Amino acid sequence: MDVSLLLIILLVGAIATFLSGDKWASKTALLFSLAAFGASIYLLTLYNSGQNISLMLQWVAMPKIYLALGSDGLSMALVLLTTALTPLIIFSSFGNSYAESKNFYALILFMVFAMVGTFLSADGFLYYIFWELSLIPIYFIALIWGGGNPQSRKKAVVKFFIYTFAGSLFMLVSFIYLYQKAGSFLLSDLINVKLTSQEQLWIFLGFFLAYAIKIPLIPFHTWQAKVYQKAPAVGTMLLSGIMLKMALYSIIRWQLPLAPIAAKEYLFYFVGLSVAGVVYGSIVALKQKDIKKLLAYSSLAHVGLIAAGTYTLTLDGLRGAVLQMLAHGFGVVGLFFAAEIISRRYTTGKISEMGGIRIQAPKFTSMFMILVLASVALPGTFNFVGEFELLYSLAQRSVTICIIGGTTIILGAFYMLRMFQKVMLGDKNEKFFADINVNEGIVMVIIISVLLFFGLYPKPIIDLITPSLQEVIKVINRI
Amino acid sequence: MYTLIAIAVLGVLCLIAEIFNVRKAIVPVTIIGLLATLGLTATGLNGSADTYNNMIVDDNFSTSFSCLFILLTVFLIALTPSFHEKQVHKISDFVSIKLFLLTGAIAMVAFGNLAMFFLGIEILSISLYVLAASNRLSLKSNEAGMKYFLMGAFASGFILFGIALIYGAIGSFDMTVIQEAGTSADVEDWFYIGAILLSIGMLFKIAAVPFHFWAPDVYEGSPALTTALMSTLAKVVAMAAFFKLVRAMNVNLPESSQTALMIVSILSMTIGNIMALKQTNVKRMLAFSGISHAGFMLMALLAVSTSGGILLYYTSAYALAGIAAFSVVLYVTKDKDNEDIFNFNGLGKTSPLLAAILTGALLSMAGIPIFSGFFAKVFLFGQMLKAGHIILVIIAVVNSIISVGYYFKLILAMYTKDATENAKSVPFVYSAVATVAILLNIALGLYPSFLLDLLT
Repeated sequence: MDVSLLLIILLVGAIATFLSGDKWASKTALLFSLAAFGASIYLLTLYNSGQNISLMLQWVAMPKIYLALGSDGLSMALVLLTTALTPLIIFSSFGNSYAESKNFYALILFMVFAMVGTFLSADGFLYYIFWELSLIPIYFIALIWGGGNPQSRKKAVVKFFIYTFAGSLFMLVSFIYLYQKAGSFLLSDLINVKLTSQEQLWIFLGFFLAYAIKIPLIPFHTWQAKVYQKAPAVGTMLLSGIMLKMALYSIIRWQLPLAPIAAKEYLFYFVGLSVAGVVYGSIVALKQKDIKKLLAYSSLAHVGLIAAGTYTLTLDGLRGAVLQMLAHGFGVVGLFFAAEIISRRYTTGKISEMGGIRIQAPKFTSMFMILVLASVALPGTFNFVGEFELLYSLAQRSVTICIIGGTTIILGAFYMLRMFQKVMLGDKNEKFFADINVNEGIVMVIIISVLLFFGLYPKPIIDLITPSLQEVIKVINRI
Repeated sequence: MYTLIAIAVLGVLCLIAEIFNVRKAIVPVTIIGLLATLGLTATGLNGSADTYNNMIVDDNFSTSFSCLFILLTVFLIALTPSFHEKQVHKISDFVSIKLFLLTGAIAMVAFGNLAMFFLGIEILSISLYVLAASNRLSLKSNEAGMKYFLMGAFASGFILFGIALIYGAIGSFDMTVIQEAGTSADVEDWFYIGAILLSIGMLFKIAAVPFHFWAPDVYEGSPALTTALMSTLAKVVAMAAFFKLVRAMNVNLPESSQTALMIVSILSMTIGNIMALKQTNVKRMLAFSGISHAGFMLMALLAVSTSGGILLYYTSAYALAGIAAFSVVLYVTKDKDNEDIFNFNGLGKTSPLLAAILTGALLSMAGIPIFSGFFAKVFLFGQMLKAGHIILVIIAVVNSIISVGYYFKLILAMYTKDATENAKSVPFVYSAVATVAILLNIALGLYPSFLLDLLT
């Protein structure tokens, strides 16, 4: 039994969803996403019991390309994040009705298929194919089922596509260049290539462009806020919860091991750029009037910190980054879902038109509160564990940068709580706000319990990822 | 050789069938005949023979490209009856001209002698002139045919003059003699002049910048099916023939010819792309996109000794995507007097299958996995990096990004605009041809070694 099982389930699921017709599409998709989650748990137990669950087949003889799916703790952690979030995201959409839902849900499953493939690939070429494949479904999801003015939505989505596509192509060139030296696309062969530091810098930059656009880091972030705002809630959750983790994961998996000299030599530039994103995102978030945009910029700040952690090249930085990826994945999906719950009732994203919800919906208010507190990394939540390690790793490199990064937590607390106050508190709103229903409650409760559980007991995840991260550090320090 | 004869006979049979009034049988019989020829030709792979004093050479290069041409012609002929619905009485002409064109095409890749090559290119060109002007009552079609004829005749003149000079320098039309002449001794100066003239003529047929001015007008004016033929089959044929010529003369050519080719390639892809961005007419847009793809294909000529397989792969991917795209365009613009993008509005709702296929074809041209257009570009870039042309690859990458801009204009129109007309049923043949073409395109993406290994 190997990891291809997971990919097969998801692909078959996408096709089955498409064939099941509009009426049953959402349920079929949910079923298959749950099956995928079950399969990934099963694979995890196999992995933990020490079985080999990788796959390696030759695909093209010349140029040498393998269907190589590897799996270590790092991949498994992100695969679990993806397959755990997918049923939640699909289930969260049950409150909306989408036209031509068979296409909609099939695209979601197809996108998840591509993202899981990205996390599992151990061959650069295969990895790139999955990386690009994941872009097509989200493009259509945001374009066709998105909200807001069609003209500006179209502009935002096309900009997003061209941006990310452009970045990826430079990564592709880096891969092809490496292939010319290594004679194979396998990660294990690529890291053995001897490159001068000049060449490494170019390779590093090629990868950096792809990842910086996808994460996004400043100054490549301009596509983000608009797309998050215009995409349907499901699309935003997929983008912010899983897709940007692809880029963060890829830094650890591909970029750092392939160009370690450049990563070390220019360490402070990249850490600095990432932290600059943290500060920038927090400041811009202060001024946002739209709740989805505010969340987008706060997400920009958080992922900036994660990227900074990876570029510190310390074990704590990498571990903090992975922990925070998982925490942020759940947290941001919860927050965007909360925003969606509000917009289902008030059909607006403007913060100024909200307020006075607490009196009408106490249950929703307390859940939202926990999510907000988790997002500002209150001790006891999962986010705290990750953020703490990230800041610690920054301090190992430079205390100044750590202080700059640390202030954003205060700033984050400020704008998140202010947003909460404006949206939820105050005199009773004239418009009726129905309290959270069972379906919405289930999603919220699961997300909150994950965040709280791993906040108090992160050991299983740390045990899962630490060995593979140590391996990565060893590869980075090989020269 | 037998391929050539079989197809010419098939063409003549078509004309005879018209006399005996069995018009209905023409298209099915031709398609079956072509498929049989395709099968027979494919069995000749991995063999090698020359016939008629080395006039025709059957090696892997010519056989594999011939197979591709036959396949493309099958698609184009399958589309013929529904496209020329109103001119049913002329169906035998349309089919037989396409068959004669195919014989020219095959002669152009299977030649072992420049005389044969010239015969091939003339048969191909004359058929194309006729097809371009075949919508007799339309002013635009007449204009296209006339323009193409005048310009094409000029180019043929260049080619003929080039061949004459090469003959003057070497003393033979035979390709093997020409190839050997360069390795053994110095060649006369006019050999280079001849090679340059020959190249100019071929670049014209390929529609590479700066010899591309005819293409947009001719593409726009010709009947859409002819445009499809020109931008897929004719372009691929000219490319393959040019590749074969350059490969034969490569030893003789100085370093500077590489630079010149590189410049033409860069200009073609850049200018083609930038012009395509501004087009609102789909046929014109595809014409300019074809120019930019010609630029990509020309890159293969920079590493001529190793990139035969890659050229075959690139041309197959491009032509199959082109056929898929054009069969949708043919359907959409069937009863319209123009081909503007707004005709595609709401196609995603009115006929989702065709919209999906057109999207796939455009994604393939833009170079997005899992379509074979992506693999074609990757292999090409890999080859170029190996040959040390990093700058060229970066320019090509930037061009790929630009191209997304206009391909997506069409996709956006299909999926975000509201339809202007109600859904109607799609004739079977359009969706069948489009589906088969796009499936073949994807299959090539999944099994790239199938074609790559043929020529390495």
